[in-house]
Amino acid sequence: MAEVSKIKGLQPVSRGPYISAITNKHMNLMIRGVVLFTIGVFLALVLNLLQVQRNVTLFPPDVIASIFSSAWWVPPCCGTASAVIGLLYPCIDSRLGEPHKFKREWSSVMRCVAVFVGINHASAKVDFANNIQLSLTLAALSIGLWWTFDRSRSGFGLGIGIAFLATLATQLLVYNGVFQYTSPDFLYVRSWLPCIYFAGGITMGNIGRQLAMYECKVIQEKIHQD
Amino acid sequence: MTLSERLRQKISDTFYQHGLLCASYPIPIILFTAFCILACCYPLLKLPLPGTGPVEYTTPIRDYSPPSVDNKGDPTDRPDWYLGPPVAYIQQILVKAIVSPWDKNLIPVDVFRSPLSRVFQLVEEIRNHVYRDSAGSCSLEEVCLQVTDLLPGLKKIQKQLPEHGCLIISPGNFWQNERERFDSDADIIATVHQYEPKGLHTSATIKDLLFGVPGKYSGVSLYNRKHVVAYTITIVFQHYNTKFLSSLRSRLKSLHPSINCTLREDQMVHVHFKEEIGIAELIPLVTTYIILFAYIYFSTRKIDMVKSKWGLALAAVVTVLSSLLMSVGLCTLFGLTPTLNGGEIFPYLVVVIGLENVLVLTKSVVSTPVDLEVKLRIAQGLSNESWSIMKNMATELGIIIIGYFTLVPAIQEFCLFAVVGLVSDFFLQMFFFTTVLSIDIRRMELADLNRRLPAEACLPPAKSSTLRARDSQQRCERQTALRTSTPHTITLQPSSFRNLRLPKRLRVIYFLARTRLAQRIIMVGTVIWIGILVYTDPAGLGTYLAAQVSEQSPLGDAGLPPLAVPPVFPGGAPESSLNVLPPSDPTPFLENKSQDDQQFVWNIPAGHVSAPDIAAGPEISWSPGEEEIWRKLSFRHWPSLFGYYNITLAKRYISLLPVIPVSLYLNTQEAIEARHPQDTRRFIPPIPGFDNRVDQLPSKPQVQSDFTLYKVAALGLAAGVLLVLLLFFLYRILCPRNYGQNGMSHGRRHRGELPCDDYGYSPPVSEISPLLLRGHSMDIECLASDGMLLVSCCLAGQIRVWDAQSGDCLTTIPSPGLRRNSSEVWEHQATWELGVELENSFCGTEENLDSAIAEYPLRRRQIPSRLTLFGDQPDLTPLIDTNFSEQTSHPIRKASEGLDGFDYGEVVQQAYQEPKSMTCPQAFPSSPTLSSAVRRHSLGDDSLSSPSRVPSLTPSWPGDWESSVWALELQGNLIAVGRSSGKLELWDAVGGTLRCSNEEGLSGITALIFLSNRIVAARLNGSLDFFTLDVNKPSTLLQHRGTPIRNSMTHSPCYSSDDVITCHLTHVIQCAHQKPITVLRAAAGRVVTGSQDHTVRVYRLEDSCCLFTLQGHSGGITSIYIDQTMVLASGGQDGAICIWDVLTGSRVSHMYGHRGDVTSLICTTTCIISSGLDDLICIWDRSTGIKLYSIQQEVGCGSSLGVISENLMVTGGQGCVSFWDLNYGDLLQTVYLGKCNEGQGVRQLLVLDNAAIVCDFGNELSLVYVPSVLEKLD
Repeated sequence: MAEVSKIKGLQPVSRGPYISAITNKHMNLMIRGVVLFTIGVFLALVLNLLQVQRNVTLFPPDVIASIFSSAWWVPPCCGTASAVIGLLYPCIDSRLGEPHKFKREWSSVMRCVAVFVGINHASAKVDFANNIQLSLTLAALSIGLWWTFDRSRSGFGLGIGIAFLATLATQLLVYNGVFQYTSPDFLYVRSWLPCIYFAGGITMGNIGRQLAMYECKVIQEKIHQD
Repeated sequence: MTLSERLRQKISDTFYQHGLLCASYPIPIILFTAFCILACCYPLLKLPLPGTGPVEYTTPIRDYSPPSVDNKGDPTDRPDWYLGPPVAYIQQILVKAIVSPWDKNLIPVDVFRSPLSRVFQLVEEIRNHVYRDSAGSCSLEEVCLQVTDLLPGLKKIQKQLPEHGCLIISPGNFWQNERERFDSDADIIATVHQYEPKGLHTSATIKDLLFGVPGKYSGVSLYNRKHVVAYTITIVFQHYNTKFLSSLRSRLKSLHPSINCTLREDQMVHVHFKEEIGIAELIPLVTTYIILFAYIYFSTRKIDMVKSKWGLALAAVVTVLSSLLMSVGLCTLFGLTPTLNGGEIFPYLVVVIGLENVLVLTKSVVSTPVDLEVKLRIAQGLSNESWSIMKNMATELGIIIIGYFTLVPAIQEFCLFAVVGLVSDFFLQMFFFTTVLSIDIRRMELADLNRRLPAEACLPPAKSSTLRARDSQQRCERQTALRTSTPHTITLQPSSFRNLRLPKRLRVIYFLARTRLAQRIIMVGTVIWIGILVYTDPAGLGTYLAAQVSEQSPLGDAGLPPLAVPPVFPGGAPESSLNVLPPSDPTPFLENKSQDDQQFVWNIPAGHVSAPDIAAGPEISWSPGEEEIWRKLSFRHWPSLFGYYNITLAKRYISLLPVIPVSLYLNTQEAIEARHPQDTRRFIPPIPGFDNRVDQLPSKPQVQSDFTLYKVAALGLAAGVLLVLLLFFLYRILCPRNYGQNGMSHGRRHRGELPCDDYGYSPPVSEISPLLLRGHSMDIECLASDGMLLVSCCLAGQIRVWDAQSGDCLTTIPSPGLRRNSSEVWEHQATWELGVELENSFCGTEENLDSAIAEYPLRRRQIPSRLTLFGDQPDLTPLIDTNFSEQTSHPIRKASEGLDGFDYGEVVQQAYQEPKSMTCPQAFPSSPTLSSAVRRHSLGDDSLSSPSRVPSLTPSWPGDWESSVWALELQGNLIAVGRSSGKLELWDAVGGTLRCSNEEGLSGITALIFLSNRIVAARLNGSLDFFTLDVNKPSTLLQHRGTPIRNSMTHSPCYSSDDVITCHLTHVIQCAHQKPITVLRAAAGRVVTGSQDHTVRVYRLEDSCCLFTLQGHSGGITSIYIDQTMVLASGGQDGAICIWDVLTGSRVSHMYGHRGDVTSLICTTTCIISSGLDDLICIWDRSTGIKLYSIQQEVGCGSSLGVISENLMVTGGQGCVSFWDLNYGDLLQTVYLGKCNEGQGVRQLLVLDNAAIVCDFGNELSLVYVPSVLEKLD
């Protein structure tokens, strides 16, 4: 990033306001954040719908603002979280100095998202014999997701961290009675929740990395069009 | 050889054989796979269609009792939903009525008016039916389903549906069950159709609901030729009361007997409706499908370099889909009935199976050498990817098998499907997709041949040459190693025939215009529109066809005895409390009828009415299918009916009781009595005969009832015509007929014949035609330009100055007369550079052996191409003894392989010894090398040439012709020439006069920089000389040259011919490098040198001070790039590229991308482009140093690179230059420089300011103007 700004700074060519806005580092970051936020909100809505349908999560009636039958604060929270994660992954990659090169293309990212939705689907719709089995299966699926689409140590570590923090946050929320899970088996939440968070972290990180890579290209194209 | 290697070999061989097989017999294999797919999909026919279709279960009506709520201990054959009582029991009374005998005085309305009028009596009868027995009485009110309000949103149809009472529905509801309203209704059809939606509809309409039969069965139409009207009275019961129902049945049957009715009455059907898919369920599903399509889109976008991208993408999708179908089919065949919701798991299955293999296959096949036969290409591509495909497949199977052992039924089922799907997908990939790919590639080659022939007619066709066949044979044995062994086979990239990329909007318009898409769409749209009109028109084809079909169905039942059965009165229904209408006496009626039948036949002119019509007559026939007439209704019929009362049928069931048939026979008198006064006025009785009504009648009522339809049709037609006109004008504006000529504004452009078609579409390919600058007799060695002028120097030492705009030769140095003198000695010369170097070491010049050896690997590649080069040069054949060169080439090649000794053949020795012994000054031209960076040493630069020659102003023989030119620079009108003798000369570009020369250095000048008044010369011995130009202007003539060309040059000084220019050495850095300097670049006040000694040095231009010595390469430096932003890139023989910060001297990044030397290096603002000896062009991101992509070029493509604009790159190839889109790495266009001699590689390439490209091409220069589209991008 530092190098980019240096090169840009050195270029004597003056550009239009739009291009300079795009090429601006902060602007770039913001655009990416907004895109990630949107994706996060969308996925949260859709996946929460899956859970609500199956009565996995129960929101007390006074909390429900009846936007897609889930609480209003869930999508923004998920959106913010996904924006943070999506920006964090490329940032950590560049900090560690090991650019992520494994399967860097949109089709792979799409596949990853599809598998993530599939994991959610499985958690909500497939009837398992017991919770342990469900959790183990989902954990295996999540690890498989990481191995198939990420394979970076930083990704794994970050995913674990996200899963831990998010589960903690959910526990606190449920403890304070904001909402609740049916048949909790891991303190107050379902035991598969960390797996979902892990898979979600990996997925959003994947999208974020791809966007970070794509952003350069966009800048390039805009300059050409200019 | 380890086991895995053996396995790998085996797999590879198998795939190779398989690829050959597939490509050899494409059609049989595709047929075979199609058969396989169909066979595997056959079991799917037994499956119910996915969706929310209702499920049926039939039970006998005898001993029926509602099922218990829990099914413990019940027989297993009943479905699991058959629990508890149904939502409702539905009893339909199917009424068929006919006016008989049909009188010719009757009007069409009579067909249905009087039959419909009977519905009120029937409904009354049913409502008032009470069953009484000893246990008490039971009325309809007690057993029927009591409904309350309609849903609030249905105010519109509130009048039509009953509220607060029994749910009895009949056509009478249209008139609120009041006979008076019916009688006063002038237009029944309009009333019935008032809520019918126009156009196509699928859900249940009010008419369907009330009539209870599908619209075309009702017969309420003016063109009902059978005169039979059918409708149902639907009663919905909440409780099942056997006695009440049977009494009702017998009562109705006795009142209105159906004589020949054979409908079954012993079964009751329970219909279970599935869960309705709501929006909440749909959203996740839609999301997964969106993700799936995005995945497919992003995957298929990568398919490239094929004839039909979309065709292959389709084939890929077909492969995946049919493999899924096959897996489902196979699973069904082996008894694994799918319980999962197919629609839900389908996207995940596609994602698991994936399109990757297909893409990998395509990529691999496409990247095989194009000159091979198609089947060999396929085979090679398959075998190259065999290992990875097998590995992936094994991994996926492993994962799925692990998933199978989770022992969760749903996951197990998914895994089972996925396994079968994977295997069938593999099968399809191997057979179906490979074959399709082979067909596609064959098509592409054919298309390319066709396109290529006009322009390149002299080329042999791609496959007919025997040479190629032999090559193919060789390659067939082993693939990869052979790529370099046949440099003779000049093949052209297939994609190089693609047209130049146009702007998107133009392409869209071209496409529209070329295919006449708009017209065709409008045409098709009109046809469809007319079709819909005709079909939905009540008078139209639809009803006609329906009538035809329904007429023919009784024919099938003709084997039944035609009536004549006396009516049997069932003994029931004595208890009917009300007898509204006495039943008509059937027996006279029947006689009557048969007479009338005769009569009717007589009335019909033969030929107008088909035979079944006559046979059926006005007889009410009950076909077996009619007992379940509700089946023909929309499956949304019952849910929507109940939905109106806010009763859901989702996951519940209703029971349909057997239909009660009721036949009504009305005589003519009744029909006439029932008429509305207006009917007779509106429908004139057809006088010539009733049959003509088909021709006559439609016009009149049509005007009334379908007037809006015609208005819409007329409006649509007008809109269509308007649209056509609009598009036509748009088309004329955007694509004027003379489109092909708009390139003429670039007047200088040399345009060939444009293959325009009638519409003026000229392929933009022909816009680029190179301008050949001929004049040199030998290969061009150096090339320099300042945008306006172009200076070239050939091996013969001749310098020519060209106008870069027009291509005119302005000056020749030396003048042609002088050249003739020296040309004679060239006959003795061999041009092998090693020989030349040998001579250098012989002569004892300053060169040592080390440098010769060190330089040697750089030129190794040149030897094979030189052979072809010699064979192709027509000009030189009289001058050069080709036999001689062929003979000598082999020893030299041998010698070059063993570097230990310079053991040359006698011939070579003599050839060089002779001129040396004579010691006469000769110019031995050296051969061109890969890049101008490395210079050779020719024989002439021995010490005998006089070092103290005074520059003379005479144009004749002023210069040093003994030594060859190694470096050339041009600024303003001065040409700086660096010679192998170490001499620096300055020539006037226009006048052709020697202005100045400096002979202070003895070592050959390998590179020159000419910046304003400074000249930097890098020498072979590693020293760097800085010269300064001093201009002593004569006091009076302080002026600039006034030619228009010069005026545009603002920054570079122009030296008048009167000026006295002196060039003096200001600074010498004796030991700038330990080894010869190979590259010299200057920008931003810095001079950068690269040397064989692995280092790069940076000097300040003003004071010649060495700022940095950059160390980081592990090989000699071969290329350097520096620009105004002080970013320095260097490439070395180690294949590494280093990016340096010139301000600090630190290394910014270090990339490895080439196997072998980096031959040239160019940066744009965003990326770095490098080309290497491995024929790879790599594009790197400039800021991060990540390789964006690489382009594999043909073998021996040369290394010349140029960047025209930020996103347009040009590379030199064998006899052609190629333009690339830098953003995507797409080949935009290839321009062929000449027709016959493709053997010439483009070694040097200069991009001029006016978007023209100059490249050397053997002994010619080629000036290529980039077309206007590209100029605009600048």
